[in-house]
Amino acid sequence: MALRFEVLGRFNRARAAKLTLPHFICQTPLFMPVGTQGTIKGLTTNQLEEIGCQIILGNTYHLELRPGSDLIDELGGLHKIMNWPRALLTDSGGFQMVSLLHLADITEKGVTFQSPVDGKPMLLTPEQSIEIQNRIGADIIMALDDVVKTTITGPRIEEAMYRTLRWIDRCIAEIYALEAWLTAICLGGEDKDSFWRVVAQCTAALPEDKPRYVMGVGYPLDIVVCSALGADMYDCVYPTRTARFGTALVPELVKTLPNALRGCNMNMGILKLKQNAMANDVRPIDPSCMCMVCKNYSRAYLHSLVTKDAMGFVREFLKNMFPKGDVPEWVCNAMEVAGIDITACCSPFSAPKIGLEALATPKIQQHFSQKNIHSLLSSIDQKLK
Amino acid sequence: MLGLLCELVVGRLSMLPILNNLANRAWPKTGEREAEAAMKFGIKAWRNGGRERVGSLDLCNNNNAIETPALVLTTRKGLPTYISPDLLPFVASSDSCLLHASPLHFLETASPKTISNIGGLHQLVSLHDYSFTAAPRDSILCLPEYESTNKMGASFETTCGRRLIKPAEYMELVSALNPNLWATLADEVPAWVSEKRNKTSVDRTVRWLDECMALDKVGSRNVLGAIVGGSSIEQRIRCAQEVTRRNVSGYWLGGFGLGETMDERTALLCAVTDILPKERPRQISGLDLPEEVLEGVASGIDLFDSTYIYHLTLGGCALTFPLNRSERHISDAGNDIKINLKATMYRKDTSPIIDDCQCYTCQNHTRAYINHLLNVHEMLAQILLEIHNTHHYLGFFRAIREAIKEGQFDLFHENFVESRHDHLTAVAANS
Ligand SMILES: [Zn+2]
Ligand SMILES: [Zn+2]
Repeated sequence: MALRFEVLGRFNRARAAKLTLPHFICQTPLFMPVGTQGTIKGLTTNQLEEIGCQIILGNTYHLELRPGSDLIDELGGLHKIMNWPRALLTDSGGFQMVSLLHLADITEKGVTFQSPVDGKPMLLTPEQSIEIQNRIGADIIMALDDVVKTTITGPRIEEAMYRTLRWIDRCIAEIYALEAWLTAICLGGEDKDSFWRVVAQCTAALPEDKPRYVMGVGYPLDIVVCSALGADMYDCVYPTRTARFGTALVPELVKTLPNALRGCNMNMGILKLKQNAMANDVRPIDPSCMCMVCKNYSRAYLHSLVTKDAMGFVREFLKNMFPKGDVPEWVCNAMEVAGIDITACCSPFSAPKIGLEALATPKIQQHFSQKNIHSLLSSIDQKLK
Repeated sequence: MLGLLCELVVGRLSMLPILNNLANRAWPKTGEREAEAAMKFGIKAWRNGGRERVGSLDLCNNNNAIETPALVLTTRKGLPTYISPDLLPFVASSDSCLLHASPLHFLETASPKTISNIGGLHQLVSLHDYSFTAAPRDSILCLPEYESTNKMGASFETTCGRRLIKPAEYMELVSALNPNLWATLADEVPAWVSEKRNKTSVDRTVRWLDECMALDKVGSRNVLGAIVGGSSIEQRIRCAQEVTRRNVSGYWLGGFGLGETMDERTALLCAVTDILPKERPRQISGLDLPEEVLEGVASGIDLFDSTYIYHLTLGGCALTFPLNRSERHISDAGNDIKINLKATMYRKDTSPIIDDCQCYTCQNHTRAYINHLLNVHEMLAQILLEIHNTHHYLGFFRAIREAIKEGQFDLFHENFVESRHDHLTAVAANS
């Protein structure tokens, strides 16, 4: 099956594209919710289709533990087990091993770790990672990477990079006959300034005709910045984790609502929001809905998100996210590289350095929901075309 | 006797079947009081000498009339525990769209004033196509706590701790929520209390009924009068007589499922329903197992709780008992009431829970997938199970109604109990 990536529209470095995968033709930029164990927390597959989810990410490490890739293969693959008609992506499993298992040791052969089942030492080689992922049967699989903590500096980083490249070669040799492909990986750094620079450098160096996936990125601001810099795909446990641990983040009334309402299942018609009549409509989409979007945003605001041009979109987004004009310096720098003029939404006096702490405030976290991210991306997508 | 005469004079409920008007269904306008009109209840089918009946409950809110005996879906704050509003149409068809709401779930959420401003319960949870019946007890999160109940109000064990609810506070919540039907505040007592305590519970419940109705802003048009009295037939009869003297639209039977034996229960139920006017609906709380439902239907009850579904779902179980009453399933281990999908035997089972089940879960997912979801503690397992179990139990109620319409309810009841008995005997013999 041919895997195709066609750029449909551009604005400077940003692009909108059509990504053709065995199970689905995706529109990028896109966000992939994390479905660790073969399900997205509390959402049915038809609800995922309804909210516009195109690809689900499955965690190879968790799926290999339960129910096991052999059983998944025997039952016809993960698509069939989940009854998910659209695309699936699996990670290599390496990241979970290093982050979840303290005793993981990385050698040239692969990742050695202590089995959580019987405590015996186990080895995950690049070849095995591909075999497992192939049994799971995702549309996109990932090469095993030598993961290093972002706090580490010096020669270990270089070693990790070259080892990852050697492993990619081994993976490519292994998957020669497989109907899947590998995605170039950029790992985000710990501070925002180097983060956007890494993304900008990678997107500038990577070939134009392949999708660029930034792993672990899911905050709205980061997505907007990365998209402006030319990235295409994102994943983050944040929206599903918010739904799961949402009790700490959301207002009092929502906190006590039944599970049934978490995850926001309202029927938000993005297209209808484009109607001119919405421009001055101060009501929420659905006045009786308790979801984040309805509680926080007017139709007028959402209308503004879906109708502005690409540059205007970024400005409008930043204006709403930083009403006082205190757009973080790293965003200003990144936008300069992306060729997007945001001076209109930056206050002249202040550019206080706002790091990750600001992104962790409840206000900005409320900005978030599965739905919100999908609509955000679809509006970016529409602007670029 | 005086009670019965009064009832006949003030009765304003039609005995004629209510015709459903599908074509005229419309969404209520925002802010419209949805329970403005009085409900109508009519008996569609009954049998001479039998207490079981099929009724039509029209709540006059643009929704279809609900055919009884019916299942009232348990909710938390107005929404099913796991099924989200957009999935509800997959389970509840138009003839079975009645939900339960406990006003006590709203004790520590938005204020009654805010709920009222939003437009009441239907607006709050955005379920315009469904009807709500409100009663304090839900048998899951909200249980009567008879020892702390006093003359001021009824005590409940709630999610907000133990709370004493006075009629005024209760009515403030009911008025704000504006459900289609609501039960008056009751002093429910378990089966083991003294005759004196049973008498007290009746005195209080009747007094609170008068207080609640006096406090009701919309003129008490959709009130279910609470009937209690513990396990005392004498007190039950006294309570029923007192309540039938009042201008209520129907009856809510409390104090069941609280330690009484099966035989005691049948006698108590029949003693009460024999006094109640036939042309008004009767809701019960505390009976939910299939056998208990059949027992209740045989005694003339119209509306039942669905806490059974909640407990099944929580335990990873799926209902599988056959709904076709002509079949008698004997001594086959596969014909138990339910299966536990946590069991290892379903690990590779790629069949749906029930082959010809039309529910969302069975149409889309396998036993193996649900088994996996239960193993990894994913909430989707409960969502899928609640959908199937609700769908199946609604089918059970449909089968009950069909049996009554065909005059075959006794046979249906008997077959069900016997195949259950056969199954248990077979299991015992094999073990
Ligand atoms: Zn909403
Ligand atoms: Zn089913």
